Amino acid sequence: MFFKKRFESMASAKIFKRPKSLTDVPTHYCAGCGHGIVHRIIAEVVDELDIRERIIAVAPVGCAVLAYDYWNFDTTESAHGRCLAVATAIKRIMPDNIVFTYQGDGDLAAIGTAETIHAANRGENLTVVFVNNGVYAMTGGQMAPTTLIGQKTATTQNGRNAACDGNPLKVLEMLAVLDGVTYLERVSVESPQSVIKAKRAIKKAFDNQLAGRGFSMIEVLSMCPTYTGRSVEASLRWIKERMSKDYPLGVYKDRI
Amino acid sequence: MKKDKSAKKHLMTGNEAIGEGAVRAGCDFYAGYPITPQNELTAFMSYRMRQKGRVFLQSESELSAINMVFGASVAGKRAMTSSSSPGISLKQEGISYLAACRLPAVIVNVMRGGPGLGNIAPSQGDYFQATKGGGHGDYHMIVLAPGYVEEAMSLTMASFDLSDKYRVPAMILTDGMLGQMMEPVEISKYKVKTSGFVKKPWALTGAKARPAQSIKSLFLKPGALEDLNISLQKVYAEIRSKETRYEAYYCDGAKFIVVAYGSVSRVAKAAVKSLRAKGRRVGLLRPITLWPFPEQVIKRLAKKAKVFFAVEMSAGQMVEDVRLAVEGRSEVHFLGRMGGGIPSQNEIEQEIARLHR
Repeated sequence: MFFKKRFESMASAKIFKRPKSLTDVPTHYCAGCGHGIVHRIIAEVVDELDIRERIIAVAPVGCAVLAYDYWNFDTTESAHGRCLAVATAIKRIMPDNIVFTYQGDGDLAAIGTAETIHAANRGENLTVVFVNNGVYAMTGGQMAPTTLIGQKTATTQNGRNAACDGNPLKVLEMLAVLDGVTYLERVSVESPQSVIKAKRAIKKAFDNQLAGRGFSMIEVLSMCPTYTGRSVEASLRWIKERMSKDYPLGVYKDRI
Repeated sequence: MKKDKSAKKHLMTGNEAIGEGAVRAGCDFYAGYPITPQNELTAFMSYRMRQKGRVFLQSESELSAINMVFGASVAGKRAMTSSSSPGISLKQEGISYLAACRLPAVIVNVMRGGPGLGNIAPSQGDYFQATKGGGHGDYHMIVLAPGYVEEAMSLTMASFDLSDKYRVPAMILTDGMLGQMMEPVEISKYKVKTSGFVKKPWALTGAKARPAQSIKSLFLKPGALEDLNISLQKVYAEIRSKETRYEAYYCDGAKFIVVAYGSVSRVAKAAVKSLRAKGRRVGLLRPITLWPFPEQVIKRLAKKAKVFFAVEMSAGQMVEDVRLAVEGRSEVHFLGRMGGGIPSQNEIEQEIARLHR
């Protein structure tokens, strides 16, 4: 009797395993990189919502360009910055599919700014996962639109200087004023608690699309130890103590 | 006699004919951005596509439009965008991606005078851009150049089929003159396409009852990109051997052959007709596909023809392909006007008289 009971409770217990939406391969990401965590969050959400067979993901140009090797659902590449143009067309022409873009700060907030603003303003029924790590990592750590003032990069070797290099771009604050936008939240993945919150936000962004509520973007503050020149531990601390001061976490818009 | 209603002709501009051709070919998606002299096409698509329950989008830029077309094609749907010269320059990166990802799409270029912002007068200055790549990397588009408004419609329909068949983007290369002038079109001759579409198992529609798949043009593994290029070249070779189109007007036995495409070919045709009436052995070759270029036909005609004479609304772009095809067997001459100038019939006749004594 005791053993039977115990067996039943084990069967119903949650066991940590690889989501169906993730392929069983090693990733190319550096040690301490946040992409692996965000990939996994998305895969878990897709599994939980049971939408794997309806997903079309749009991968950016940047470190996450190879995302299609890690996700076990349909994924297309897009030219640098054009993810939201590609996604707009896919969703418009196949409204029953679930379409999301996965974009870095250079892709979404520099070269693709026009696509970002106009897809948001049109109120496209899309989900955007915006990974902000403050640098162009794939090309060797140049200044990104979101690089903090004083932050050293390959192209701001004495630190970003507003007078010469301009100011960090705050995407969610900017998009919040647009009538077409439904849901904006900034999260981070620097601790287990913040990962849980990030997952909740990303799930809500997919839920919004399922319900036809319009444009949702989740900005994820993420680590790039390699090109911010910090240890993995220091990178986590830097997000908590420094990056999230300039990019405060929280909900910027929730029209629902 | 009872009037045949089905043979009713409609007066249309070239731009509208291209739009109607696209709708009849089953175009599911159109995105465009305003630029003269192709605005009638975007306006036409805005109501005609939505009338048919299909997707029309006015994009925020030409970059966005071509990438929207990329997205629609990823989903396996028939997609088109249109623009004019400066806007087409902006689309080049997207076209290169379409070519690399083996995605079908139709791009319409209603050419205007260049370089730079140029003007809004008709021109043929984008021949190199259309036929030699334009964007980065080793790729080709199928390039079709209509000479008449009705042909603008029929070639647009054909461009969708060719693009789907070979998974290569296709371009309709025309100019502001043909785009904006009106001619009667027997629309009912061109049946609305409802079947016979190519199956697209490569399209992304969701990983249902099949493994997940991806569409990409990044190939980092050693040799993988060369393999893609080799397969592309094989497709291009097949298109070269099977899909060349041209019109030969009085070419058999001609000693002097004018080569002209698009709007200016009509002026050249009038010149050839007038000279034939005077007993001159002059012919006109009008390439309809600019890529693949009808080089074999020119090679064959070069056995008899002593002189080839290219007439263009450019500084001399297509003439280079004529020279390559002739391979030094005959003389090759050129007459061109730039920046919106159009060679007149008189100019052409005088030049032929001078060259063909």
